[in-house]
Amino acid sequence: MPFGGVRDIYRGGNRLSPAQTPERLRVVLAKLGLDGHDRGLKVVARILRDSGMEVIFLGLRQTTSSIVAAVEQEDADAVGLSMHNAGHLTLGPKMVRALDEAGLDVPVVIGGIIPPEDERQLLDAGVAAVLGPGASATEVVESVRSAIVASRG
Amino acid sequence: MSYRNRTIPELVERAIDGDNRAVGRLLTIVERGGVQSEEVAALTHPQRGRAHVVGITGAPGAGKSTLVGRLLAEYCRRGHRPAVLAIDPSSPISGGAILGDRIRMDDVVPEGTFVRSMATRGHQGGLALAVPGAVRVLDVAGFSPVVIETVGVGQVEVDVVAAADTAVVVATPGMGDAVQANKAGLLEVADVFVVNKADRPGATDVRRDLELMLDLAHVTGADTDASGAVFRPEIIMATATSGEGTVAVVDAIVDHFEHLHISDRLERRRAGRVRAEIRSRAEQELLDRLATMLHTGELDDIIRDSVASHRSPVQAAAEIVGRLTGNH
Repeated sequence: MPFGGVRDIYRGGNRLSPAQTPERLRVVLAKLGLDGHDRGLKVVARILRDSGMEVIFLGLRQTTSSIVAAVEQEDADAVGLSMHNAGHLTLGPKMVRALDEAGLDVPVVIGGIIPPEDERQLLDAGVAAVLGPGASATEVVESVRSAIVASRG
Repeated sequence: MSYRNRTIPELVERAIDGDNRAVGRLLTIVERGGVQSEEVAALTHPQRGRAHVVGITGAPGAGKSTLVGRLLAEYCRRGHRPAVLAIDPSSPISGGAILGDRIRMDDVVPEGTFVRSMATRGHQGGLALAVPGAVRVLDVAGFSPVVIETVGVGQVEVDVVAAADTAVVVATPGMGDAVQANKAGLLEVADVFVVNKADRPGATDVRRDLELMLDLAHVTGADTDASGAVFRPEIIMATATSGEGTVAVVDAIVDHFEHLHISDRLERRRAGRVRAEIRSRAEQELLDRLATMLHTGELDDIIRDSVASHRSPVQAAAEIVGRLTGNH
């Protein structure tokens, strides 16, 4: 085996035991409900991938139950929802509740078009973070990462 | 209670009872390797062997995920409880990945089907260890068939599929002619061929090329196994986007599994899988030790010494191997 193969094992560092690979954060990305605008979600997927996370891309027309099933099966660390249909005040809290009812302590981060005056309401309902159209790549990555850290207590 | 804090025996117990979250957690542990994954292997190994393991591979864009979605739906219709390991590449730059197989299966796969996306995570051998471990977890959890879907590029990916009970290779029109079909590699491991996108021009040409290749396998005796039995893979025409041909593909996969049950073919194939896993694990163990040497600077010292003392690289390498295995 070429030398690079050996170096690969060390890439990322922070190993817990000799043969264990570093933890990879896994994020489920989805559009919830009837909402056909997925360009933003694709950009976020790329940003998270380039930060070293594994993105499970569910794409359009998901339901709270299909997302819950994906989080369970994929053992995801966070859910990212993109909302452009003005349904966020209904669907955002509904997503948080669905995860809660399934006993999943997984944070929900919402991006898309969210009027600033709605943000507080979403956060009060248990959404971990809200990202607007101007959010930088660093902000996206940091908000997902800190939401995961916070959820683990 | 968070599943992150549950013990491994507890998770295995729950997985056997049909708790998908426990299955999901165990798969994460297996993927990361290390001591914990060995504990999972120890608890799941004795109970394995009920699931029909089906490998599906083919070029990127051949329609594997869409086809797998159709197959899962058909298996569910027949009363089975299938699971999928969908493998996608990790970025060699960031180590991250966009796992997009689920999105292709979403529309047709019934609820209750277990779909797990897995990234190759870059390093050699990792996948070769993680996949057999993951298959065991899904097997213990009562899923069958367990379908492994991977892009057919790279030796490890081909090996993973070749180690399944039944290997399915997906071909499509426009991918090359009869000469391509005769090249060694992917096509040799197939137990079932699917010509997907059969509604497109050139599909019958692909079928003809594959038939010719199989005819030649008969001429050289490559289609005959150690016991002297001849097996000719079926070629099924399918259009995964519409579902056309799905029933025939599942029939062919089931037929192959029945064929394996004649005499001891299934046992031999599975013994081969165990052999490959043991080999991968031993390789990984040695690589880990080498990595530790590299990390502590011991390797650099040896290299420096051998350059200074004009020893040949072969001698230096022999010394390193001696130290790795403790024979020095």
